[in-house]
Amino acid sequence: MLSPESLKKIDREIAKYPPDQKQSASMSALRIAQEERGWLANETIEFVAEYLGMPAIAVYEVASFYNMYDLAPVGAKKIVVCTNLPCALSGGVHAAEYIKKKLGIDFNETTADGLFTLKEGECMGACGDAPVLLVNNHQMCSWMTEEKIDQLLADLKK
Amino acid sequence: MTVQGIILSPDLDGDRTWRIGDYVKRGGYDALKKIIADKIPADQIIGEVKKSALRGRGGAGFPTGLKWSFMPRAFPGAKYLACNSDEGEPGTFKDRDILRYNPHTVIEGMIIAGYAMGCERGYNYIHGEIFEVYERFEEALQEARDAGLLGKNILGSDFSFELYAHHGYGAYICGEETALLESIEGKKGQPRFKPPFPASFGLYGKPTTINNTETFASIPFIIREGGDAFLALGKPNNGGTKLFSVSGHVNKPGNFEIPLGTPFSTLLEMAGGVRGGRKLKAVIPGGSSAPVLPGSVMMDCTMDYDSISKAGSMLGSGAVIVMDESTCMVKALERLSYFYFEESCGQCTPCREGTGWLYRVVHRIENGLGRPDDLDLLNSVTTNIMGRTICALGDAASMPVQSFVKHFGEEFAFHIEHKKCLVPKDVQHEGSKIYVA
Ligand SMILES: Cc1cc2nc3c(=O)[nH]c(=O)nc-3n(C[C@H](O)[C@H](O)[C@H](O)COP(=O)(O)O)c2cc1C
Ligand code: SF4
Ligand code: FES
Repeated sequence: MLSPESLKKIDREIAKYPPDQKQSASMSALRIAQEERGWLANETIEFVAEYLGMPAIAVYEVASFYNMYDLAPVGAKKIVVCTNLPCALSGGVHAAEYIKKKLGIDFNETTADGLFTLKEGECMGACGDAPVLLVNNHQMCSWMTEEKIDQLLADLKK
Repeated sequence: MTVQGIILSPDLDGDRTWRIGDYVKRGGYDALKKIIADKIPADQIIGEVKKSALRGRGGAGFPTGLKWSFMPRAFPGAKYLACNSDEGEPGTFKDRDILRYNPHTVIEGMIIAGYAMGCERGYNYIHGEIFEVYERFEEALQEARDAGLLGKNILGSDFSFELYAHHGYGAYICGEETALLESIEGKKGQPRFKPPFPASFGLYGKPTTINNTETFASIPFIIREGGDAFLALGKPNNGGTKLFSVSGHVNKPGNFEIPLGTPFSTLLEMAGGVRGGRKLKAVIPGGSSAPVLPGSVMMDCTMDYDSISKAGSMLGSGAVIVMDESTCMVKALERLSYFYFEESCGQCTPCREGTGWLYRVVHRIENGLGRPDDLDLLNSVTTNIMGRTICALGDAASMPVQSFVKHFGEEFAFHIEHKKCLVPKDVQHEGSKIYVA
């Protein structure tokens, strides 16, 4: 179900917690699974549960509680733009509108070619770099002017 | 980065100087080495932290030395330490820079805390959206382990302490300390009832102390230079320097580490002043949960716990959100109310339902559908939330509403009566669209 590399990463996470507290690794195990599979299907969640010796429902609860897990398929590149107040005061909303226009989609939509999904995000703890956006959960992009957005989208298409 | 101070000195760069070699050259790990070599008793360390008047940098400003003294050090069995790097309070971006530029100061602070409170293990809970910072912290931990500063028998002593990073995945509520513990336990991040407090029933049911990243980062200086030296940097009851994250309508947003007690006007100047030469309208001085203050009130404040609290707000996390005259205060509040509605964990009815009400009412006022009694309604919803919830998110959602309506009531009334903003749309656009480097 998951590659040996992913399992090795999960094992490293498990080792961080006391031996009788394996379930503490559920968050990182889900993250690692999502990195490999693109999103978290029920089978993936069940696999993670079994691997950690947890009830599937407990892992499902975790997956549905935290915003960065995707429980439905998303585009190859998920872009999340922060529009919370500090960012909004420095062009965050404008950046989001600009991306919507360029991609021809609204928040929570995916482009027809399956390449991009756009989402609205909450504060990422980087408000001094506004506008900020996050690509595929892990790549933070700062000071996203129109030119930089053009460049980013072009790079992501490659 | 325009900073000066004990945590983020100006010579730090993001690429190289965070590593252990450079940290040691800056006097890093001297405090820990001194403790181990001189076998300094735990009580003396806690005494030094008390003397420093260090107050928690996570939002509540609780005296750190006092908190540490609550830990039952003699209690047999496991005790834990947690660092709160789940920085998600809108406007706050200081912990990210501490971890990017100076991660070892947090690690050293946590090792010393572990020593002082008899903890065997610690976790640093890192905000989900800053994955690159999480990876760097993992690398820094490995450096410390390789140097014999972390793990079994630290520096050859009989003191052992393990430290790991736990990565969040997008939930503001996990910044609340008991939700954070639930999250480390691999559960939904839902706050626990208190009491029992974490010092008696914390992570995995064991005594646990939770401090903010910046709080831990202040510890090495306090031990190395003494509590008095730290206290002298700030003012009585408000020891030390503090990082302020300045965002919004300023020319140079960023983090500024300044002595507590520095005038707000000086901080504003450091951040390049108000953008476009416009007039200062309002400031949220301590993160989005702190009451907003009119610009004129802020200009008379100094940046410390006591002055900001006297003015009717909170220093909170030290996130200073600056709004100039181009801001529509109804729109600003609408966005914050949406945030709390979105991030309520849903456990308590007053918070779950109340945050939805607050958002919907502010939303309809902003969109020209406000009703004459809406301001009274907002006030009554906030009174029904405050003090009736498990955690402080309910209060955090209510305080912005109360303070925006209190200080900018005429703007809300104008919206309700005229179905539009008092501040013309083109002025708002001019103020918030552009980014000036
Ligand atoms: C909704 C909510 C969110 C919070 N978010 C954070 C946070 O992101 N970082 C933090 O250090 N403290 C946060 N706190 C405060 C913590 O509960 C806790 O008081 C703090 O981490 C203690 O550390 P300190 O004493 O060093 O300040 C939050 C509290 C609440 C109620
Ligand atoms: S106050 Fe809100 S966020 Fe806090 S526990 Fe209750 S429902 Fe959850
Ligand atoms: S408000 Fe956008 S990163 Fe903080």
